[in-house]
Amino acid sequence: MGDWKTITVPVLSSDSKNILPYTSERKKSPTSMNSQVLRLSLPSPKNMHSFFSAFCTEENIEQSISYIDRELTTLGFPSIYAEAKGKELNLIAIVNCINELLALQHKNLRAQEEVEMQHLKLGSDMDHLQNCYAKLKEQLELSKREIVGLQERDRQLQIKNRNLHQLLKNEKDEVQKLQNIISSRATQYNHDMKRKEREYNKLKERLHQLVMNKKDKKLAMEVLNYVGRADGKRGAWRTDKTEARNEEEMYKVLLSDYEQRQKQLLLENAELKKVLQQMKKDIISLLPPQKQKPKERSEDGLVLSDQEEDIGELNKENMWELSCETVREQLTNSIRKQWRILKNHVEKLDNQVSRGHSGALNEKDVISREDHELETEKLELEIQQCKEMIKTQQQLLQQQLTCDDDTTLLLQDCYLLEERERLQEEWRLFREQKKNFEKERKSFTEAAIRLGLERKAFEEDRGAWLKHQFLSMTADCKSENVTTPSAFLRSKYLVQIMFLHSSDPDIRLVKSASRQRKPSSVLSPTISPEPCQISQYITQNSVASEKPAADNMPNLWVESDDKEETE
Amino acid sequence: ASCIQHRLVVRDASSLQILQLYTCLDQIQYLEWSSDSLFILCAMYKRGIVQVWSLEQPDWHCKIDEGSVGLVASCWSPDGRHILNTTEFHLRITVWSLCTKSVSYIKYPKACQQGVAFTKDGRYMAVAERRDCKDFISIFVCKNWQLLRHFDTETQDLFGIEWAPNGCVLAAWDTCLEYKVLLYSLDGRLLSSYSAYEWPLGVKSIAWSPSSQFLAIGSFDEKVRILNHVTWKKITELDHPATITNKKTIVYKEVEKSPTVDTERLSFLPTRALTSSLFSTQSKYDISQVPVSLQYIKPVADRANPKVGVGMLAFSADNCFLATKNDNIPNAVWIWDIRKLKLSVVLEQLCTIQYFQWDPCQPRLAVCTGGSRVYLWSPAGCIVVQVPGEGDFQIMSLSWHSSGDSMLLLSKDHFCVCYLEREEV
Repeated sequence: MGDWKTITVPVLSSDSKNILPYTSERKKSPTSMNSQVLRLSLPSPKNMHSFFSAFCTEENIEQSISYIDRELTTLGFPSIYAEAKGKELNLIAIVNCINELLALQHKNLRAQEEVEMQHLKLGSDMDHLQNCYAKLKEQLELSKREIVGLQERDRQLQIKNRNLHQLLKNEKDEVQKLQNIISSRATQYNHDMKRKEREYNKLKERLHQLVMNKKDKKLAMEVLNYVGRADGKRGAWRTDKTEARNEEEMYKVLLSDYEQRQKQLLLENAELKKVLQQMKKDIISLLPPQKQKPKERSEDGLVLSDQEEDIGELNKENMWELSCETVREQLTNSIRKQWRILKNHVEKLDNQVSRGHSGALNEKDVISREDHELETEKLELEIQQCKEMIKTQQQLLQQQLTCDDDTTLLLQDCYLLEERERLQEEWRLFREQKKNFEKERKSFTEAAIRLGLERKAFEEDRGAWLKHQFLSMTADCKSENVTTPSAFLRSKYLVQIMFLHSSDPDIRLVKSASRQRKPSSVLSPTISPEPCQISQYITQNSVASEKPAADNMPNLWVESDDKEETE
Repeated sequence: ASCIQHRLVVRDASSLQILQLYTCLDQIQYLEWSSDSLFILCAMYKRGIVQVWSLEQPDWHCKIDEGSVGLVASCWSPDGRHILNTTEFHLRITVWSLCTKSVSYIKYPKACQQGVAFTKDGRYMAVAERRDCKDFISIFVCKNWQLLRHFDTETQDLFGIEWAPNGCVLAAWDTCLEYKVLLYSLDGRLLSSYSAYEWPLGVKSIAWSPSSQFLAIGSFDEKVRILNHVTWKKITELDHPATITNKKTIVYKEVEKSPTVDTERLSFLPTRALTSSLFSTQSKYDISQVPVSLQYIKPVADRANPKVGVGMLAFSADNCFLATKNDNIPNAVWIWDIRKLKLSVVLEQLCTIQYFQWDPCQPRLAVCTGGSRVYLWSPAGCIVVQVPGEGDFQIMSLSWHSSGDSMLLLSKDHFCVCYLEREEV
């Protein structure tokens, strides 16, 4: 419970008990403050009341006041008495003290709160840290275990590796051993073979000797007569001269062969050199002119000047005769340099093109990609077409070539036959049509003739009927002036009759002719002079309308005209 | 000229008319024309006799008797007046002269596949020799048979020698146990030596290109290596895989056409010819689509001289093509374009290829597989030619006429001549 300090306070024992715990609590060591603070922080009002009532009663007011005063002064507050020794209390001082005490109390409470907060925070931090610590410990454990496992595996693999190496070495050793065995056996066999061969040779020699001894009678060549040599010359004796000549000839043959080969190689060389020179020139021409910027591209400029010197040199002297190393090296080196420059150049151009077209000097040599692609497409199409044409032509050629004469003739005959058949067909059709036409024409002419005849008859009838009418009409006219309706009727009848039979183009012509006369005839209102006019018209129309058809009644025509007009 | 038993029959090449008939003493085993086509030599190995006949004078005769020495091989010299006889056990080579009746001997010739080689112009002869277990090459001048050069070779066991067509370089190669090709100049200097690898079996076949520019070496590892004449170093390796994947290669595959049998015809007795033509199968070429896998035969591992590797090599006369045959894939002929050093055509046949030969004038290749058909290839295409006739005519070998117009087809007991028409231009 800490340090208890008893303070002798000249107060009632009941108070001291209560005070004692209070003051002793205050003077407790700070370590146990924590637990005690909580208790002190919220003194219940009940306790307070009991406190106050316990501390100060009616009997010991002065004592308690003086005690309080003493306490306050010891704490640094001003005395609550008005005067030094008086008994009157300085209310203001008391209030101030109370206020200050309250402020102090607040401050203390706040501090307490802060401390408590901090305490909580620290507690949570501690928890957190402890958790982390625990986790890390676990992880550490895990990784340690993993490491151990991996190490184990590594060890096993290494063992395996070593085993395999060992096996490999063993195999190699075996192979080596076998090879050694083979070679040793081979030497042994060779040795044995040589021995056997020597034996064999000895046998051969012996046999040879035996044979040579027996030879005289058996070995012979019977020839009926000598045969001349192939080239007609006589055989020559074997002398040193001939040997020397043989050697000479042999060397001549060899030399000629070598010379031939050398000539071929020289020709090849010359060709290749020409090609290289050409390539060099092309490369130089492809590169953009660099003379204008000597400062920037001093290297290339130097190379260029070197090239030109080279060209000059090589062109001056006859290239075919130059075959020394230095010139060859120069040529190849210069071509390599040029090629490198060209490569760089092309790479630069590629970069430029990929980035986008920038109008620069370099583009003079470069066609835009799209144009290039279009051109290539066009060319490809052309190539395709040409190929197809060639194929078809080839096929045709093959047909022509592979066919024998018979088949070609047959083919030709076939074509001719086809054509002939077609023609025959057409002829047939044509003839049929002709026949049909003939038939139709015949029928038409018959019909026309019939029509003519019928018309003739009809016209005759009509003529007779009209005559009759006329006669009757004229008779009527004389009696009556106006007989228009009957005349009209009669004309109508006539016209109708005519229309019934009219199918000839003549009548149409007649109609047209009659229409021309219309205006003049309309003006004539009277009908009495009609017959006279009619007669006039008859004569006029008869003259005007001369028809080839068999129509013998101009009167009738005129009348019809007239009737038409009047109507 | 052809021989039957002990008779020699000489026919005209264009009409096959019998011109001469000669009788020899024994069964003829070897026949050779002289280079000027005036004489024919007939060798009878069993009796050790060589008889020479003349075409111009049928009465003229010549007989060379080797006696007890025996006879193993016989050949003409390039001038057509000397005969070289190789005795039994390769004891010596005897040079008989028809002009002077003189004899020369060449000692210690080597018993190998190609031991004697003449240059194309016939001036020099190279002979492989072996003394004291070492290989030597002697070069003789054919005019007077004088020894020109004699040098040793660095080979274990010299297998063969061959002159380049220009007559200046001699190629010598070792036995197949060791891959070594040595090139000697005419005067005996070693120009170069080439060895592709050490332990597996080595060189199987060698061919010079007609211009002497290339030397093709076919080896047991199914590859052909081409050396060039300037540096004698390998230009390229041509591989013969069983699967062809390159799209630019044309593969012609022989396909059998099933015969169409006309049942109406069988009513009356058909003649033998008709039956054979009815039942013999036709075949034609089809172009197979790449990738193509060819019939691959794995060789038996424990036998000597296995059927592995490039066994046949031939350059075309115009130096443009190289035809090869890989013995692992015995039904195919591989034709390489030398100008591009690429495989251009593969001909796949139905049977094993027996022999092929280029036309001496044009780039035309004739192939025979042991059936009764001969196959022709040229850059324009390839065709199958059936030999008409009764029964089976099994073509084992063929030989072109030097003008390229006709071809001799040989079977075991018969031969026929195939004439090729020229296109009238």
